[in-house]
Amino acid sequence: MVTAAFIIFGLAAIVSAIMVISFRNPMASAIALIVTLCSIAGLFAIMGATFVAALQVIVYAGAIMVLFLFVIMLLNLKRDEFGPEKRKIQRTLGIILGLLLVLEVGIFIQAGLGDFGPSPAGDKGSFTSITELSSLLFTKYLFAFEVTSLLLLVAIVGAVILAKKKL
Amino acid sequence: MLIPIIIMVVKVLVIFAGLMTCVAYMTYAERKVVAHIQVRKGPLFVGYHGLLQPIADAVKLLFKEDFTLAGCNKIIYNLAPLVTFIPALLAIAVIPVGDQITVAGETTNLMISDLNVGILFIFAVSSLGIYGLVLGGWSANSKYSLLGALRSSAQMISYEVSLGLSVIGVLLLAGTLSLNEIVKAQSGGILDWFIFRQPIGFLLFVTAAIAETNRIPFDLPEAEAELVGGYHTEYAGMKFAMFFMGEYASMITVSALAATLFLGGWSGPILPPVVWFLLKMSFFLFSYIWIRGTLPRFRYDQLMRFGWLVLFPLALLNTMVTALIAIL
Amino acid sequence: MFEVYFPLLVLVFFATAIAVIMVVLPRFLGKKEITQPKQTPYECGMIPVGDARERFPVKFFLIALVFIIFDLEVVFFYPWAIIYKHLGLFGFIEMMVFVFILLVAYLYVVKKGVLEWE
Repeated sequence: MVTAAFIIFGLAAIVSAIMVISFRNPMASAIALIVTLCSIAGLFAIMGATFVAALQVIVYAGAIMVLFLFVIMLLNLKRDEFGPEKRKIQRTLGIILGLLLVLEVGIFIQAGLGDFGPSPAGDKGSFTSITELSSLLFTKYLFAFEVTSLLLLVAIVGAVILAKKKL
Repeated sequence: MLIPIIIMVVKVLVIFAGLMTCVAYMTYAERKVVAHIQVRKGPLFVGYHGLLQPIADAVKLLFKEDFTLAGCNKIIYNLAPLVTFIPALLAIAVIPVGDQITVAGETTNLMISDLNVGILFIFAVSSLGIYGLVLGGWSANSKYSLLGALRSSAQMISYEVSLGLSVIGVLLLAGTLSLNEIVKAQSGGILDWFIFRQPIGFLLFVTAAIAETNRIPFDLPEAEAELVGGYHTEYAGMKFAMFFMGEYASMITVSALAATLFLGGWSGPILPPVVWFLLKMSFFLFSYIWIRGTLPRFRYDQLMRFGWLVLFPLALLNTMVTALIAIL
Repeated sequence: MFEVYFPLLVLVFFATAIAVIMVVLPRFLGKKEITQPKQTPYECGMIPVGDARERFPVKFFLIALVFIIFDLEVVFFYPWAIIYKHLGLFGFIEMMVFVFILLVAYLYVVKKGVLEWE
């Protein structure tokens, strides 16, 4: 049961991720990316992490992707505005980095560091306790939580300065 | 093993059919109530006092011509009504419509799924609904629908923050995200209802919810006087209706959520729990129509200013004051 | 876990099925008489001028960004709210610090006029 759901969501995530980079139309790519993010939420859900799954949908699929769609609609780049093809360097760099990633994953599998099946929590069929999760966040990882607010402050100041010419 | 599965499926079917019936008859109720507010009679001829009107409408819509515009993106154009409609139907899953019942020796909650993050599930699902509107407005390649989509999506995201923030007060008092347990926390009688301990939170929630479901006085997406029709200008027939059915479905969900969070859900004396739940939900649905018959529409700049400069700070203040009172 | 997810899947199935039927069925039931005026976007009866997909004010981008920031803030309130009773005064103070820093961001945005519409 859990394994079947894992395979379905995993496949959906991979296929839609490939669609993101293969579509010509930026709008279609964005839709595929939304599907990817929702499938990842599904993966979280079958591991019993319902809270993380809900946040994944609310924050990534529901908030960040709205910004992506706005930017695509805002710019409306036509094909001739992309400029001439100057992608030689990017392409070689992409190939090199991709090979590096494959190497890394290979090393991980060799060393047995990552277990790529469904997590043991999913097999037990239990849900992660939200109470435990939040008490960890607000006691042990308190510093990270407070620093997040500073990060958000910096992000918003940066965005406003970039977007508004007259300050 | 088989009996629990059958019970689950039957439960889903009953609640889903109930929701669809509510959506259909909400259109009838709206026409009838608004008509009587304006001293008209509303639908009268199809069935007794027009009671079969929704069915006649559905049949008519199914037989409408199905066409797309020349310059539009056909796949996205057809996808957009689905993206609005499906999430709007899913949100009802975590709302408890009644107390536990025992069928064939199995005790079961009268809700589709008792998710431990129930309220977050509703917010997650409803945050996906915005894509239907953006994609629908963009795909048609029409100026009015694109403008409408841009405006209404900006409106929806602006009020989503306040909507999420306005329920924190209730969560502080209840200490859980499961809607079933929130109902249990207020089942001790009318004075336990969270509306009395969270009056400002209640008002903020209702205001943000009306804006989030694009209803008057926040119905800028359908501002027919200035934007022709908003994001669905270029839609016709069943696809056009699906946007509205999605809107009605989210109105029903939001009303059910308001009843659950603030009015004690299904709890109440004498009458069966399901009846109490439906009564409380209908109260909110009636208020929706009443407000529509009474108030004029906001201007767009007023609407955005109200959302960010009034509603959001108030919701934040309400949360912190509730927290302060809770530790005193 | 099964009794939580299985009904959800059934609901997703029903909702999707009915939605797809509603989109596909009119294609076979309705009449087909496609004419040129029917296919042009509505522009008050005039022949449409130019492409609709023009560039838009940067304002909407800023609104979306402000939304993300404060949506993230709200998301942190949920886990905090459900264990607030155990945290007590400590929880109140740590959230006050968090809210205060984001209040600075909010005031900055308001002062810069991002939320003002002329």
